[in-house]
Amino acid sequence: MAASSRSTFLDPLLEKNPVMGQILGICPALAITTLVENAVAMAAATTAVLALSNLSISLIRKLIPDSVRIIIYLVIVASLVIVADQILRAFFPDLSAQLSVYVGLIITNCIILGRAEAFASQNGPVLSTLDGLGNGLGYGLVLVVVASIREVLGSGTFLGHPVLATTATDGWFETLGLMTAPAGAFFVVMVLIWILRAWKTDQVEEG
Amino acid sequence: MEHYLNIIVKAIFIENMILALFLGICSFVAVSKRVGTAFGLGVAVTFVLLVTVPLNRVVFDFFLERGALEWLSADLARYDLSFLSFLCFIGTIAAVTQIVEMVLDRYVPALYNALGVYLPLIATNCAILGGSLFMLNRDYTLAESTAFAFGSGLGWMLAIVALAAMRERMVYSIVPAPLRGAGITFGLAGIMAIGFMAFTGIDI
Repeated sequence: MAASSRSTFLDPLLEKNPVMGQILGICPALAITTLVENAVAMAAATTAVLALSNLSISLIRKLIPDSVRIIIYLVIVASLVIVADQILRAFFPDLSAQLSVYVGLIITNCIILGRAEAFASQNGPVLSTLDGLGNGLGYGLVLVVVASIREVLGSGTFLGHPVLATTATDGWFETLGLMTAPAGAFFVVMVLIWILRAWKTDQVEEG
Repeated sequence: MEHYLNIIVKAIFIENMILALFLGICSFVAVSKRVGTAFGLGVAVTFVLLVTVPLNRVVFDFFLERGALEWLSADLARYDLSFLSFLCFIGTIAAVTQIVEMVLDRYVPALYNALGVYLPLIATNCAILGGSLFMLNRDYTLAESTAFAFGSGLGWMLAIVALAAMRERMVYSIVPAPLRGAGITFGLAGIMAIGFMAFTGIDI
């Protein structure tokens, strides 16, 4: 793998993570991360949509008139999300019900339009697909980390399996209700940003 | 009447779009440095929600729902186009923001100068699409969806203006370097979310 395609793929994982670094696509990252299972499903759906939309936009990038490009991106992304939603509904009806409207909101995930505009509209199909996969995985990584923290501390389980003996089952661990509440999601993301930026100091904001 | 008031209050406080449903967080974090701009974006979001949510309800009722095409001809009654709702909704939203932008530019230039820069951003704000999808998910009628859109918009504005007011005062505080900007904003939003949890259970 050439250096440029490797960095295209690997950079979004830590160095330029879309959620932690650029604060994009936060909405679903916070809303569905109470359970790891939901986070994995959301990450998979977003990665698939992102890679395919980057691929298709890159293929037709020379045919799209500049003035209507945003609408065209939206139509392509919306069609891909419809497919993802129908697949989820057909094969994983329970998951689909839990994710409810947040599957549809992949359309307005800023990461997808952002990558289309910043990368796929200027690069070839192979690089664009790699960029989509990398960003999708970087996004999924954050989702799964946030969900793991919230599920373990909030319910004492991981992927539905009990890992901490909760007081409800005569154990020692008192579950933290805050972690399943919306406020917990904000705090977890704050702490993750803190840790990441204390480590990678070049991401610190001015001011 | 009480029923609609209840929907509005619920959308503003209990199920606040930002602090409970996590919709429109990107612009919530990015455009909350000044109270003035936050207020402008809040008004624009409320306005666009108020137009698009009822409009999408009408589109769904007359074109997309199973059997909804019966008013065109009896043959079409067997089609169920509800799977197209994402595509149609995002189309309506993009078109409405474009039209609103042009109308404001032509007839209300003062408002256009104040809101103009935000309108294009709004097409990809998940609060707008989220409003329509929640309306569909909860099966609101046309009047209910109008009330819901109004309440959600106000709730969104309330949260972003409050956050901007706090961030303006943050300049006097010493924030650890890695938390500056986005990090501390999430902390503030988390504390606001705890505050809003106090509204849970209010019923009119």
